Amino acid sequence: MPLHRRHLIDVADFSRDEFDTVLDTAVSMREVLDRPIRRVPTLRGKSIVNMFFEPSTRTRVSFELAGKSLSADVVNVAASGSSVEKGESLVDTFHTIQALGADMVIIRHACAGVPDLAARHLDCGVVNAGDGLRGHPSQALLDLFTVREHAGDLEGLKMVIVGDMLHSRVARSDIWAFARMGAHVYLSGPPTVLPPDFGDLLNGDGMVRVEYDLDRAIEGADVVMALRIQKERMAGGLLPDLREYARRWGITPDRLGRADRQVLLMHPGPMNQGIEISSDVAYGEQSVITEQVTNGVAVRMAILYLLLTGAH
Amino acid sequence: MAANGGVGRLVMSADDLRRTLTRMAHEIVERNRGATNLVFVGVPRPGPILARRLAEAVASFENVNVPTGAVDISLYRDDLVSRAATPAMHPTDIPVDVTDRDVVLVDDVLHTGRSARAALDALTDFGRPRSIQLAVVVDRGHRELPIRADYAGKNIPTALYENVEVRLDELDGEDAVRVVARPEVANAAAS
Repeated sequence: MPLHRRHLIDVADFSRDEFDTVLDTAVSMREVLDRPIRRVPTLRGKSIVNMFFEPSTRTRVSFELAGKSLSADVVNVAASGSSVEKGESLVDTFHTIQALGADMVIIRHACAGVPDLAARHLDCGVVNAGDGLRGHPSQALLDLFTVREHAGDLEGLKMVIVGDMLHSRVARSDIWAFARMGAHVYLSGPPTVLPPDFGDLLNGDGMVRVEYDLDRAIEGADVVMALRIQKERMAGGLLPDLREYARRWGITPDRLGRADRQVLLMHPGPMNQGIEISSDVAYGEQSVITEQVTNGVAVRMAILYLLLTGAH
Repeated sequence: MAANGGVGRLVMSADDLRRTLTRMAHEIVERNRGATNLVFVGVPRPGPILARRLAEAVASFENVNVPTGAVDISLYRDDLVSRAATPAMHPTDIPVDVTDRDVVLVDDVLHTGRSARAALDALTDFGRPRSIQLAVVVDRGHRELPIRADYAGKNIPTALYENVEVRLDELDGEDAVRVVARPEVANAAAS
């Protein structure tokens, strides 16, 4: 089944079928990455422009490798060193990129909605690589893919997401994605960054629950995801000190022992080891954190392939 | 006219198909002077099933188990942008190193030759076979590229508004080859 979209802006309105289409395609892309020659000619002649107005290593490199594995030309534009520094407006920058012949623009920006703005002004496709606190759709897709590769089916799984929900675009996209696929999502973290009705706000079907006590939330969990603690939030007084955070919401071997024996431990990276996740578990048997990174390339290949081929 | 449920003109029955595959298996072994260096690689969806049936036939009279696999051509097509829909992908599984092997590509129908071209490109990404040969159940003509079949089960002259369907028990619930009218093409010609 094809994906009837030109852009990937958000996964909030994705149907199950659309998720399945991307994940099924990513299985075939994964196989390409295991070949001796990790390149197929699919997107020959297509130009992809990476526009990252915020720092990023894994997402940018991941999209770059995905585009190159499909034989597209990939160009990176960083905000510093570009005409953005000279005061060019975003819309003017978009028009310039289009005039240079881009077929797809991949955007990360600190402001929510910038990818929507780009999609309105550009004739080419737009992929959101993270916008403000709003969403990070390709991360949610690669997280779904990683869990599906292990568990087979997402229906009925118990997933726990731990950390600063308010300031995490990864959490938002993951909550939407996993709840839509039938997983029961439990949110845990300090009440200052996890409003009690946060789950219902994002999903009205009762698939998302808030449980401040992590030991209770993690009981029998199939998937545990720790979010990165953004230390800059400490200054605003929203988070307790790091030692207290680690004690109450850090993922430790003891805590993980309360989950299902086959639990998958995830982290979107970059990690603060010893705070939201202890080093023993980050590289332990249950960790799929490095797999997430590898799968990210396959999932982004699937996204580019589905958006750039076929008539939309 | 719908393209499913046993409609269309029957051109090969289940028995015809079985005898044809057996004959092709003999031709392949004869041409390659044995079966020990062979690999059968099918183009999804029906190709891998046909490859397995050919291998079973070879095993029955030659006592050699020919490795079989699948090569998906979606990522190698030359019409990805012009097609109305992105093709669904199927698994690629090349079971052995194809370098220096005699690889027989197996497909259901040879038509324009573009699928075969894509399959050749895909296959050579996995190594450098000693030879690549093409086996198809039906050659229906209308070639657009300089490609021919080494082994053809049956030559069926067709009109462009027709479709040749090789239907297999595992996928379609029957073994048969049928010629059906493509409604979208026939209607376009009529209007």
